Amino acid sequence: MSAQAVAAPHAKIAAPEHRETYLNYDYSWKSWLFTVDHKRIGILYLLTVAFFVAIGGLFAMMIRAELLTPQGDVLESETYNKIFTMHGAVMIFFFLIPGVPGVLGNFVLPLMIGARDVAFPKLNLLSWYIFVVGGLLTLFVAATGGVDTGWTFYAPYSSTYSNTRVAETAIMVFITGFSSILTGLNFLVTVHTMRAPGMTWFRLPLFIWASYATALINVLATPVLAITVLLLALERIFHIGIFDPKVGGDPILFEHMFWFYSHPAVYIMILPAMGVISELVAAFSRKRIFGYSFVAFSSLAIAVLGFLVWGHHMFVSGQSAYAGLVFSVLTVLIAVPTAVKIFNWTATLYQGSVEFATPFLYVLAFFGLFLIGGVTGLFLAAMGLDIHMHDNYFVVAHFHYVMVGGMVTAFFGGLHYWWPKMFGRMYNELTGKLAALIIFVGFNMTFFPQFIVGYMGMPRRYHAYAPEFQVLNVLSSAGAVVLGTGYLLAAVNLIWSLKFGKVVTEKNPWGATGLEWETQTPPIPHNFEVTPRVTQEAYAYHEMYSGKEAHGVH
Amino acid sequence: MSTSAHAAPVAAPHHGAHGDSGHGHAHHPGLAHHFDDLEQQKDSAVYGMWAFLVQEVMFFGGLFIAYIVYRNLYPDAFAHASNLLNVPLGATNTAILLASSLTMALAVRGGATGSKPTQLIMLVLTIVFGLAFLVVKYFEYAEKFEHHLVPGPTFMSDPAHVSPFFQAHPEEIPHAKIFFFLYFAMTGVHAAHMIVGAGLMAWIFLRAKKGEFVPEHHDALEMSGLYWHFVDIVWIFLFPMIYLLGYHFGGHH
Ligand code: HEM
Ligand SMILES: [Cu+2]
Repeated sequence: MSAQAVAAPHAKIAAPEHRETYLNYDYSWKSWLFTVDHKRIGILYLLTVAFFVAIGGLFAMMIRAELLTPQGDVLESETYNKIFTMHGAVMIFFFLIPGVPGVLGNFVLPLMIGARDVAFPKLNLLSWYIFVVGGLLTLFVAATGGVDTGWTFYAPYSSTYSNTRVAETAIMVFITGFSSILTGLNFLVTVHTMRAPGMTWFRLPLFIWASYATALINVLATPVLAITVLLLALERIFHIGIFDPKVGGDPILFEHMFWFYSHPAVYIMILPAMGVISELVAAFSRKRIFGYSFVAFSSLAIAVLGFLVWGHHMFVSGQSAYAGLVFSVLTVLIAVPTAVKIFNWTATLYQGSVEFATPFLYVLAFFGLFLIGGVTGLFLAAMGLDIHMHDNYFVVAHFHYVMVGGMVTAFFGGLHYWWPKMFGRMYNELTGKLAALIIFVGFNMTFFPQFIVGYMGMPRRYHAYAPEFQVLNVLSSAGAVVLGTGYLLAAVNLIWSLKFGKVVTEKNPWGATGLEWETQTPPIPHNFEVTPRVTQEAYAYHEMYSGKEAHGVH
Repeated sequence: MSTSAHAAPVAAPHHGAHGDSGHGHAHHPGLAHHFDDLEQQKDSAVYGMWAFLVQEVMFFGGLFIAYIVYRNLYPDAFAHASNLLNVPLGATNTAILLASSLTMALAVRGGATGSKPTQLIMLVLTIVFGLAFLVVKYFEYAEKFEHHLVPGPTFMSDPAHVSPFFQAHPEEIPHAKIFFFLYFAMTGVHAAHMIVGAGLMAWIFLRAKKGEFVPEHHDALEMSGLYWHFVDIVWIFLFPMIYLLGYHFGGHH
């Protein structure tokens, strides 16, 4: 295509055999551990996050093993409590929250806006180190007795009665929180000040809008969690009552402060994932996103509304019924911007030239799973219904559909999509598709039965249950094995490709729009030979595929 | 098909091309490699600092909310407990911090006018005021320890330092404990910020001494100033809320 002519001079600078890339310009371990390159930091996050996913997954398998039989026979009740707490805390703080921003965001965000790096590269590295310190503390807690409060740390059990490592875990959450605050701050500033010439706000890829909205939540909500767990740790260490009602403390205040962060936090998990989906939908239907500005603003709307609904976690916690009513209504409202996204994505597919490549299979899986997750969220938002559902397996199924079916599925889709750019290798397509399929089937096998047992009244967080729930629990445990196999297969396929995958040197193997596809594969250390200049909207697939008129003319 | 037409890379005149041609012309020594010019660098610093301060507001906000909730739950205990604080010392510290904000602002002005002596003198004064604040705070804390007003097993065990209200209403003592817990948590977190600020100022002082801060480039000085003012402002809210609200209740000490 004619646009190539413009880029060609730079391509000639180095012969393909010994091209310098961000990966090969220096192999020393120091060049990795002290790197300030956002791409390398993204890879560091990938490695750390993968490590913690493996640990969290191991805990998940122990939970499913225990729940094979109604009796609590595999794990003691106390051990079981510790296992599900660790599972939740590790997955949320070390994968769901940092996953997309830390790995994909770090790698592609500066590329997408045509910047040489994030605004504060050293701070970016510091975020990763803080993350690692939080991670080491988690391993320390796990190795020295664990913690049994659940990831929600409700007082006064956490503040007074539990005799596990609550204070250490609280400090771990405090530390890890600052890693995500600093990443958020960095992305916020980067989007404001580092855009290439011509990259106006409404030419930004939707992944950037989503990351920006997420960064806002990070900066506004995470500090509240930090101070909350700090107070909890102080109460534990100095035995001063602030949340314990026995000495005049208010445990409901703890819940308010915790959920003031932790509801927005679920959007910290899902918004970047939605950004990934926007990119993939456009790329694999070769179409401009339908209603670009609606999708962009729905991210901001979700970020704002997300701050006003936390009380839906507290319908039965002693919060007033009037407050509950307001929270119930606001929670239903937040489904609107979420639905805007889903409708616009599906409208984008309409009459697109859809290509069923592996990343797109993950998109389809996301649609199905996230939709079920979101709609069941609406069930829970109805206060009356939630009195029955609260703290039972229906809630567990709901949030696994949104978090695993939503965020994790999008993460895998994005990882496959940007993988050739990151490493210059292509995974095996057939294996990739197979893995996506197994994940989809395994996921539904694991979590759909939990809606049913939950509806029937099986409570969460117990190692034993009534015998009539066994069939569905066995199905769920079997599904977990299928699901785990799917994730492993996808991971093996990606790792295998690093050595044996087809070498990719083309800049744009998917034929997608976006500045990240205009630079070398894998990118050079400073991203672009020449600062790009943007002249078009983000998803100009029409111009790219139909006519030559727009090419290279400025 | 390997390049999209979305944005063909062409050299941008005012954005110095990176890579081979980018290193030819002289950069300002204070310009980091990933920025195009000083203006972009400064914008980033300003946005970054304000975002950080917003984060700080939310962080302190959690403490303020907790304070407001408990004050509302236990108004009497809180009013009488706040009477046990040392208002003259708190007021002295307020004056010290306000003075430090002035010297800080003058130091930043020294950056804008490029006057190195102004920068150095004003930074030293700011550090001195900051340390003076911490010294006063130390004496205040020490007094609370001696009077057994630190939440702990011997809390309010010294009748000489328990107001008649708590002697008459021992059931309110746990609530006074919450007050003092919040007092120490809030002023403690604030003091920690002061210590960080003093360290920051020492570092900025060393950089000022090297003559780094010139009118067109003194972001670090200016941003540290923003931080310093923020920490002051937190105190401006803490002082009336903790020391003065309900001061007219009960006997003054
Ligand atoms: C349409 C959007 C959504 C609505 C209306 C909704 C509603 C709800 C409600 C009412 C609950 C409380 C249930 C209870 O504990 O009784 C809940 C729990 C939960 N939701 Fe959602 N939700 C939505 C989207 C999401 C998303 C996108 C995520 C995460 C990515 C998420 C994660 C969670 C989690 C983790 C919990 C349970 C927390 C716990 O108790 O451990 N939700 N949701
Ligand atoms: Cu929620």
